[in-house]
Amino acid sequence: MMRSKGIRSKEVYNIFALLIFIIGSLIFLLPFYWMIIASTFSDSDIYKFPPRLLPGTQFLANVKDLLLMIPYSRNFLNSIFVASVRTLLNLFFCSLVGFAFAKYSFAGKNWLFAFILGTMMIPGQVTLVPWFIMMSWFGWVNSFKALIIPNMISAFGVFWMRQYITSTIPDELLDAARIDGYGEFAIYTRIVMPLIRPGLGALGIYVFMGSWNDFMQPLIILKEVTKYTLPVAMAALQGNLYYVRYPVLMAAATIAVVPILIVYALANKQFIAGLTAGSIRE
Amino acid sequence: MEEVRIVFIHQIEQADSIKGNKKKYKKKYFFLRRNLYIPYIFILPFFITYGVFGIFPILYALRLSFFSWDGIVAPKFIGITNYIDLLKDPLVLKSFTNNVILLLMSTPIGLVIALIIAFILEQILKKYQNIFEGIFFTPMVTSSVAIGLIFMTLYGTRYGLINSFLHMIGIKKPILWLTDPMWMKIGLAILLLWRWIGWDSLLFTAGLQSISNEIYEAAKVDGANRVQLFYLITIPLLKPTIVYLTIVSIIGMMQLFEEPYVLVPPEGPIGGYGHSLLTMNMYLYFNAFRYFKFGYASAFSYLIFIIIFMFSFVSLKVMERTH
Repeated sequence: MMRSKGIRSKEVYNIFALLIFIIGSLIFLLPFYWMIIASTFSDSDIYKFPPRLLPGTQFLANVKDLLLMIPYSRNFLNSIFVASVRTLLNLFFCSLVGFAFAKYSFAGKNWLFAFILGTMMIPGQVTLVPWFIMMSWFGWVNSFKALIIPNMISAFGVFWMRQYITSTIPDELLDAARIDGYGEFAIYTRIVMPLIRPGLGALGIYVFMGSWNDFMQPLIILKEVTKYTLPVAMAALQGNLYYVRYPVLMAAATIAVVPILIVYALANKQFIAGLTAGSIRE
Repeated sequence: MEEVRIVFIHQIEQADSIKGNKKKYKKKYFFLRRNLYIPYIFILPFFITYGVFGIFPILYALRLSFFSWDGIVAPKFIGITNYIDLLKDPLVLKSFTNNVILLLMSTPIGLVIALIIAFILEQILKKYQNIFEGIFFTPMVTSSVAIGLIFMTLYGTRYGLINSFLHMIGIKKPILWLTDPMWMKIGLAILLLWRWIGWDSLLFTAGLQSISNEIYEAAKVDGANRVQLFYLITIPLLKPTIVYLTIVSIIGMMQLFEEPYVLVPPEGPIGGYGHSLLTMNMYLYFNAFRYFKFGYASAFSYLIFIIIFMFSFVSLKVMERTH
C-alpha cells in the first residue's frame, strides 16, 4: 500500500518535471521559430498586433530582395570555401601534431605540450592589431588567406587529437607496422588516419562551425561585399539599410543558420538513437 | 556534445597523465631510436604557425603599445603615454564596468539555472536527457551575429514580439530594450544566458556523472531527500566543475564582442545609447579599425589581457578558499 502510493507520487512528480521541461524547451526554441516564420512575412506582417505566429508566404520574395541588396549567394559560397579549407587543414595538421605527442617519445616533449596548452590561455585580442598589420604586409587584406592560413592549426585541435589517439591507437599496432617496414609518415597516413575517423569527425564539425560563425576576423579583413562571409554580410545588412526590413534580415539569418542546425540535428541523432533504442520494445 | 564532455574530463586528468606516462614511453619505443628527429618534424607545423601568427604578434603588440601609429606615417615612440591615456579615458572605464556588470548579471544566474537543469535531467528525466541537452545546446552552434539580429527583432520597442506579448498580458508601457541603458543590459544578459545555458549544463552533467550513485544511495538510506542530496552531496562534489565554469565564464564575458556589436544600431554613439553596451573588445575594435590608433589599441589589448588574468586568478583563489 505504502509502496504503491510512493511510486505513484513519484510518477506524478516526474510528469510534472517533464511538462515544465517541454514548455521550457518550447520557449527556449522560440527565437529560432521566430527567425524562420519572420523570414516568410511581408513587411506589414511584422507590424501586426497581436503578433502573427504562423508562417507567411513571402520567403522567396524576401530572398529575392535580399539578393538585390547584397550578393548573398556569393557570401554563402565564401563561407563554405573558407570553412572547408580551414577544416581540412586543421584535420591534417592537428592530427599529425597530436599523433607525435601521443605516440612518440622525444626530448622536451612534456614541456612542448605544456606550451601548446598554455597558448590556449592567451586571449585572442592581444594578437588582433599585429595580425591585421601582418596581413597588410603579406598583401592578404581582403583575401581568404588571412582567414585560412593563420587558423590552419589550433592548440585545442592538437590537444583533442592527442587525447583521442592516446586512447584509441594501441602501441603494439604501430610497432607491428614498423616491423612490416612502414615508414613513420606512412604509419600516420595509412594506419592512424583511418582509425581516428570519429575523432576527426568531431574536430571537423567543431572547426567548420567555428569558421562558419566567425565574425571578428572577417569583419576586419574583408573589405569588398563580394568577399564577405555570411556573418559579415548579415551585419552589413543591418547597417546599410535606410530602414531595417526585418523579414529580409530574418531571411538572411535563416539561410545562414538553418544548414548548421540541420547538420547538428543529424549528428545529434546518433546520441538520441542510442538512448531510445533501449526503450523501444519490439 | 560528447566531445565537450570528454574534453572536460580529460582536462581534469591532464596533469596526471602527462606525469604518469613518462616511464611507459621510455620503455616501449625502442624502434624509434633510429629516427629521433621524426616527431620534431611532425610537430613543426604547430610551432611554425604559432611562431609566425602567435608569438610574433604578441611581442609586436607589446612594442606597438609604446608607439603612436595611425598605420600610414612612421610610428613615433611615446613611452608609456598610451597606458596613461588609457587610464584617463572615460570610455575605457565605461567599457570595463559594462563587462563586469554584464558578467554579474548573466553568469551567476546562468550557472545556477544550468546546474538545476543538469541535476533534474540526471536525477529525474534521465530518459530524455539527450533530447533536452540537444535542445538547450542549439544556440551554441548558431552564429552569434544571427542571434544578435534575432534578438534585435524580438526586442523591438513597439512591434517586437516580447513587448507585444507584454502588452497582451497587461503591461501597456513598452520596455525600451534597445534604447534604455538599463534595459539594454538586461536584454543582452538574457541573450547571453540563453546562449550559454546549454553549454554550462552539459559540463555540469559531465561533473554529475562522475559522482558515483553509491554515495546518493547511501544518503538516501540515511533518509536524505532530493533537496538535501543536492545541497549536501552534489554541490560539494561538483566544486571542480563550478570553479572551471566560473573561470571560463569570466574569460568569455570579458571578451564579449559579437552580440553587443550586432545588437546596437551602427549609427549613433558606439555601443548604443549612453555607450551602455560598449564592451572592452568593442572599444578595442573601434580604436584599432575605425580610428586607426594602432598603438593605443595595442596598449588596450594588453590592459584587457591583464584584467582577464587578474580576474581569473582572484576568483580561483577565492573559490579555493571557500568550502
